Amino acid sequence: MSDTKNEIRKFVVETFLFGQDTGLADDASFLDHGIVDSTGVIELVAHLEKTYGIKVKDEELTPDNLDSIDAIAAYLDRKRAAGGMIA
Amino acid sequence: MTAPDILAIDPAAETERIAIALRNFLIRNRRRGVVIGLSGGIDSTVTAALAVRALGADRVLGLLMPERQSDEATLMLSRVVVEWLKIRSAEEDITDLLEAAGFFRRFSSAARQAIPDFDDSWKSKVVIHATGGPHTFSYFSIVGQAPDGRTETARLPHQAYLGIVAATNFKQRIRKMLEYYHADRLNLAVAGTPNRLEYDQGFFVKNGDGSADIKPIAHLYKTQVYQLAEYLGVPTEVRRRPPTTDTYSLPQGHDEFYFALPYHQMDLCLYGKNHGLSPEVVAAAAKLDRATVEHVWADIDRKRAATHYLHLRPTLVADVPEISALE
Repeated sequence: MSDTKNEIRKFVVETFLFGQDTGLADDASFLDHGIVDSTGVIELVAHLEKTYGIKVKDEELTPDNLDSIDAIAAYLDRKRAAGGMIA
Repeated sequence: MTAPDILAIDPAAETERIAIALRNFLIRNRRRGVVIGLSGGIDSTVTAALAVRALGADRVLGLLMPERQSDEATLMLSRVVVEWLKIRSAEEDITDLLEAAGFFRRFSSAARQAIPDFDDSWKSKVVIHATGGPHTFSYFSIVGQAPDGRTETARLPHQAYLGIVAATNFKQRIRKMLEYYHADRLNLAVAGTPNRLEYDQGFFVKNGDGSADIKPIAHLYKTQVYQLAEYLGVPTEVRRRPPTTDTYSLPQGHDEFYFALPYHQMDLCLYGKNHGLSPEVVAAAAKLDRATVEHVWADIDRKRAATHYLHLRPTLVADVPEISALE
């Protein structure tokens, strides 16, 4: 697993699952598994902005970009490719 | 299924059912009447009118609790309700209590994380945005209006959002504190005023307006509350008032802050989901498309899951059977 996916998994497990990683798949939907609600999403966004030096635009706050470890990693790759990251 | 039919109730029968439940509750729990926080809105007004039908005006206390950010219509319409029902009432301006709790200072401090120029002289409201589609995220923005009229809108970052919600919840919790003060001094029960949509979807503050001894209309869709309002003769100006949260200093509709659609469409969607109707039938009744109905249903499920904890009684590590047995 990439360092980015590892970091995202660590944040999700520690923040939302109290350290209990019960085999969360990289492509598991946070919404479908009840892992995040509206407050959790903006907490996730705050973490990504702080950790990766990005600005998540309003229109980017979508499940396609943020609803799984895989989705977040791919979103960060796109931001990196577009020059939108410093980390 | 037509929209007017499926939510139709027999208002006379429903009024009597609620009256019996109210009287039985008070007898069982040895209380002499009810206290109701009045907002001049349809839910608290109908709750008060039902209580008067059940108990008589002399056993109902209406509490009017404005503060400096309240909509002027709230106090005016609440006084109309008191006059119409001829109930006892008490007016308690909660501005000083809010000030003492640091509400204005805490709110402004949180808001400045999104709008740096924000201070106590600004008005504001919080608006929810859904990114659309059946599988969606929501986020919140603050709309601020400076004294010179210019407005600024900014998405609320995590800590700012939590800070604003926590501060704003003082309003509901201080009001509930006063309701229980009057309930205690007069040996009354506190009647809560949520309708079914609000109760189901967790649209209340834990230990704020979510707290009560009895909730006489929590089983009724808002559409049905309006039917009772007509039957009970609620004054026209109250019946015509658009639903508002009257929580923020700028006018804010329920659909801006919490619900995806106006209440009559939300009621139909909720009713359809609760009764296993097909999305096509609900869509036709609510004048929506099928995809929107499915989106609303998914949102209903998410809100139920997200707000489940608001309904919970305190969790005990182990049962205390001597108390459990009393329920």
